[in-house]
Amino acid sequence: MSLLIKNGRVIDPSSRTDETLDILIENGKIKAISPRIDLKEAEIIDASRLVVAPGFIDMHVHLREPGEEYKEDIATGSLAAAKGGFTSICCMPNTRPPNDNSGITEYIITEAKKRAVVNVYPVAAITRGLAGEELTDMADLSQAGAIAFSDDGQPVANSLVMRRALEYSLLLDKLIIDHCEDKNLSAGGVMHEGEISLRLGLSGMPAAAEEIMIARDIILAQLTRARLHIAHISTKGGIELVRSAKKKGIPVTAEVTPHHLILSDDSLVNYDPNFKVNPPLRSAEHRQALLEGLKDGTIDIIATDHAPHTPEEKDVEFDLAPFGLIGLETAVSLMLDRFVHKNIISLERLIDLMSCRPARLLGLKNKGRIALGADADLTILNLRQEVVVDVQRFASKSRNCPFHGWKLKGAVALTIVGGRIVYRA
Amino acid sequence: MSPESPLEFHHYHLLGIEDLEPSEIMTILDTAESMAEISRRDIKKVPTLRGKTVVNLFFEPSTRTRSSFELAAKRLSADIVNFSLTTSSVVKGETLKDTVRNLEAMAIDALVVRHSSSGAPHYIASFCRSHVINAGDGTHEHPTQALLDAYTIRQFKKRIKGLKVVIVGDILHSRVARSNLHLLRKLGAEVVLCGPPTLVPPEFSQLGAKIEYSLEKALVGADVVMMLRIQRERQKANYFPSIREYRQLYCLTPERFKLAKKDAIIMHPGPINRGIEIDSALADSVQSVILKQVENGVAIRMAVLYLLLGGKERESAD
Repeated sequence: MSLLIKNGRVIDPSSRTDETLDILIENGKIKAISPRIDLKEAEIIDASRLVVAPGFIDMHVHLREPGEEYKEDIATGSLAAAKGGFTSICCMPNTRPPNDNSGITEYIITEAKKRAVVNVYPVAAITRGLAGEELTDMADLSQAGAIAFSDDGQPVANSLVMRRALEYSLLLDKLIIDHCEDKNLSAGGVMHEGEISLRLGLSGMPAAAEEIMIARDIILAQLTRARLHIAHISTKGGIELVRSAKKKGIPVTAEVTPHHLILSDDSLVNYDPNFKVNPPLRSAEHRQALLEGLKDGTIDIIATDHAPHTPEEKDVEFDLAPFGLIGLETAVSLMLDRFVHKNIISLERLIDLMSCRPARLLGLKNKGRIALGADADLTILNLRQEVVVDVQRFASKSRNCPFHGWKLKGAVALTIVGGRIVYRA
Repeated sequence: MSPESPLEFHHYHLLGIEDLEPSEIMTILDTAESMAEISRRDIKKVPTLRGKTVVNLFFEPSTRTRSSFELAAKRLSADIVNFSLTTSSVVKGETLKDTVRNLEAMAIDALVVRHSSSGAPHYIASFCRSHVINAGDGTHEHPTQALLDAYTIRQFKKRIKGLKVVIVGDILHSRVARSNLHLLRKLGAEVVLCGPPTLVPPEFSQLGAKIEYSLEKALVGADVVMMLRIQRERQKANYFPSIREYRQLYCLTPERFKLAKKDAIIMHPGPINRGIEIDSALADSVQSVILKQVENGVAIRMAVLYLLLGGKERESAD
């Protein structure tokens, strides 16, 4: 069965394309791209007034399977991704047990093939048990399908271990995704340390806890020449470090989440645990620096850090609630409404941030572009559509989203994975 | 009190001083004046809150505050039930929400909450029908303590505006310091926070406080010196190197106290570590108003219960 997408405004920053084109899809691949394609036996999608982009990729998702399927699982997480316009997602290894051996990696890949509607790429642990001591069998994991390595949530504290991980990753040419946090410095913290935390009487996590580890790991990336990717950057100092490292040619990249770009620590004044996240929502000054980084190219990609927790887990005293919020189903609308429509970044830049660059960082050669022979993963956007975020209608199992009730302009119209329509608004 | 005059108090809960207007603080202090008189009577009881049920919901050990609320409720003829961590089902893993809902199912009118989590009373207030009174939440606020402190200061100094109040000790972890800072600033006092830099973060200046690390310098010209309890656990977390050194730097001694104004008063929210943050003799001296604070606590809590629960019965309060 062929799929013909007609009259869409096709935007592909990887080929500097921005024109009205028809796209023919066959056998999961892009078969033809032309101003006009007519084919009677194809299923036709009228994309006039819609934007057709290469499929969006979320490099930072927690699917909670295996082990915590009551929060989310591979199937529901993938449905949430499809609804949010993501055609590929990378799932972090802090499952139970953690993804630190090829058995778990293979399990995720096998289950995703059976049950997921989007592409699922497991990120494997850097160290066994995420304990920060011994390296995992990284080559074996890579062979099994691990797309990158990260001890997300449990950053590698020991500099020698981190150095070895970076060095060893050169063998595999796989990215090390780095959650930067000096856990001694942030110990006991439940929000950003500053005036607001002091007022609320909540223990703070200083920006320095993130900045120190970003600085260390940039130095280690310089030493090893290995590719380092800073996850969910949230601090002004972190942005400055990445900016200057890039100027020096150190192979470092950075991601930012929509929530860190949009919210700040003053959102916590009502002690709502849905705003409790790690890295914490920072002060306005840090948020401003993230925006600057987004505009000047210091930031390479947008990722959601989709972190599902049940309503029961979040419906407790603030300091007892787990960290994390879900972002798959709101990211695109948030980015369109807050940044594209407000002319802070161009639509082309957004597509680059959410598709082209993640594909390139992850080495997904047939993704992140609309070209003959490329995978038919497409995200189709309706820029004018207004939506109201309603967590009760989420595909995710969890509801821990701080944007409930927000009215946003710009939405996902259609998500196509391997030529198959997996979501239609 | 004069029930004809409109009472400036428009809150359903008392969660913190930060939310209060100066006029509302004055209303509570003025109401407490008339409540104090009840405790001096031969028969220390009025029927004002007869038929109302108050629950003391304490998740942290407390004797002073809990008893103070209990006596306050009883003197206003409310029924009061004490519910503390050890006797609750919290030990069985029940959530705070379920605990509160179970209590509410028994038709209560007010919850007096002490909890180790900052914001716990706000969380409770977000889903329950009863009036919530914060009796100390984590390191956030302790509004009735600040109110009774202000009442005591006003009693001895006849005013609050323009006074220099020095608060000494573990400011970072102190809900008493936060509530006092908010209240005293709202009423126009100068507040100096004093302690080692590890326990007095500079952000406090953004809340209107002056910061002084040297106790000697802080004490010069002080009208009120409020000492806070120092917890030994803070030493393990390296907030200060040793109790010995802390005492050397921050213990209020008679020599140091001479730097304050001649008629300065000494306050402490209790419980006191005698000989650590305050010289024992000084704690019992004529300038110490520590027991007066405790006495006034009952009147303040009567005023708070009355203002929140009194409703239409207010007219018959006298």
